[in-house]
Amino acid sequence: MSDTLERVRKIVIDHLDADPEKVVEKASFIDDLGADSLDNVELVMAFEEEFDIEIPDDAAEHIQTVGDAVKFIDEKLAG
Amino acid sequence: MRRVVVTGLGLLTPLGWGVEHNWKGILEGRSGIGPITNFDTEGYGCTIAGEIPSVDGRGGGAPGQPGVFDHEKVMSPKDRKRVDDFIVYAIAAADEALADAGWKPETEEQRERTGVMVGSGIGGLGPIADTAIILKEQGPRRVSPFFIPSALINLTSGQISIRHGLKGPNHSVVTACATGAHAIGDAARMIMLDDADVMVAGGAESSIVPIGIAGFLACKALCTAYNDAPEKASRPWDKDHSGFVMGEGAGIVVLEEYEHARARGATIYAEVVGYGMSGDAYHITAPAEDGEGGYRAMQMAVKRAGIDVSDIDYVNAHGTSTMADWIEAGAIEKLMGDHAPNVALSSTKSMTGHLLGAAGAIEAIFCILAIRDQIAPPTINLDNPERETALNLVRDKGQPMEIDVAMSNSFGFGGTNASVIFRKVG
Repeated sequence: MSDTLERVRKIVIDHLDADPEKVVEKASFIDDLGADSLDNVELVMAFEEEFDIEIPDDAAEHIQTVGDAVKFIDEKLAG
Repeated sequence: MRRVVVTGLGLLTPLGWGVEHNWKGILEGRSGIGPITNFDTEGYGCTIAGEIPSVDGRGGGAPGQPGVFDHEKVMSPKDRKRVDDFIVYAIAAADEALADAGWKPETEEQRERTGVMVGSGIGGLGPIADTAIILKEQGPRRVSPFFIPSALINLTSGQISIRHGLKGPNHSVVTACATGAHAIGDAARMIMLDDADVMVAGGAESSIVPIGIAGFLACKALCTAYNDAPEKASRPWDKDHSGFVMGEGAGIVVLEEYEHARARGATIYAEVVGYGMSGDAYHITAPAEDGEGGYRAMQMAVKRAGIDVSDIDYVNAHGTSTMADWIEAGAIEKLMGDHAPNVALSSTKSMTGHLLGAAGAIEAIFCILAIRDQIAPPTINLDNPERETALNLVRDKGQPMEIDVAMSNSFGFGGTNASVIFRKVG
């Protein structure tokens, strides 16, 4: 399991008060983990802070699952 | 006009959580005031307040203590970040009031005929102050998406409606320290006018935060002389008063159309018979010197109730432990005339502190309980009344007496006044 995945999972579990077993790469924040649109905004802010990156609004709209977040962050960090 | 009765009560105050727990403390003359634990008060002229005793240690609370408040019994940690404390308090008191009323709307029609009217004097001061700092230090992209919905005053009514599926009128009052009284009076009118059959009404406040204490200190309104003796600090009408003591919490009632309540066999506490409102048109923080604004609010409430002033047995005063106390008492004396010696008068703020937008609602509940139990709650710390009065100042402990009609006064900054009158039913 990548370091990014673990850090993303921790943020998602903390912010959504989600069952850790359900926070898998395929899990959708809204459909599987009980988030709403405001939670999604907050998650993106938390990712920005954790990884010291900026996630533009149009990119944020496409981050719907744990895996989406990991992919975006890894690409961003790879430059 | 349709009649409106009270069928449910909910209280969360510096004395604790739950109506019966509060009422017992009030009748015993127990103070809920203590040192502020919510933040470091170094440098503040006032270091005391009426905080809600909570399991996390706030307000001197501890797990297992009678009446101790537990946030987690109301909301999950995830949901709590969406709300400031005043909303949590409103939800807690509304849960109790609805359970007490035994009202759980199930059909779509019942939901649409049940509304919410819960206000706050100031709303989410804490998150507004905290977010302003984030904005300045970290910029606009770090502002939480939950900031606005956690601070908006009408999210009290919004959150309660979502939680209980109440789809009727959804409204909220903001009239400073008259909020709770206006909410109950206005909600009763919605039922009278057939906009709803049931209304959840009241007020909530959580302003014991640095900016709240600093702001009221700047207004010269807060008590500064009793930091070493908090339980003595709130002393309405006493010659050694020193300003109001801030409290936090919520008071919520369930109001219901009389026949609706009867048809389902609900317990009826009292009827809302009178409601009066006025404006001082005088000063932003001080009451008109002769109390004429408060006088007119009381007079209008008496007229609406269709009673004579001689029918009034108990008055729960606004009585904040400030220079305004005797102005109000003077207006009550004038209203009562020869009946004054028969009128029991007290300010329960001597025990709870001043809950600002929640005050009118919790004090309305104390009036209703006074009618239920035929006992007038006291004023504590009234050791040396600053003036003589013909009114019966109930002191230290509850005074058993016949109470058919009780009036609650609430006056707010801006010169807004409200009086609500409750009468025993049956």
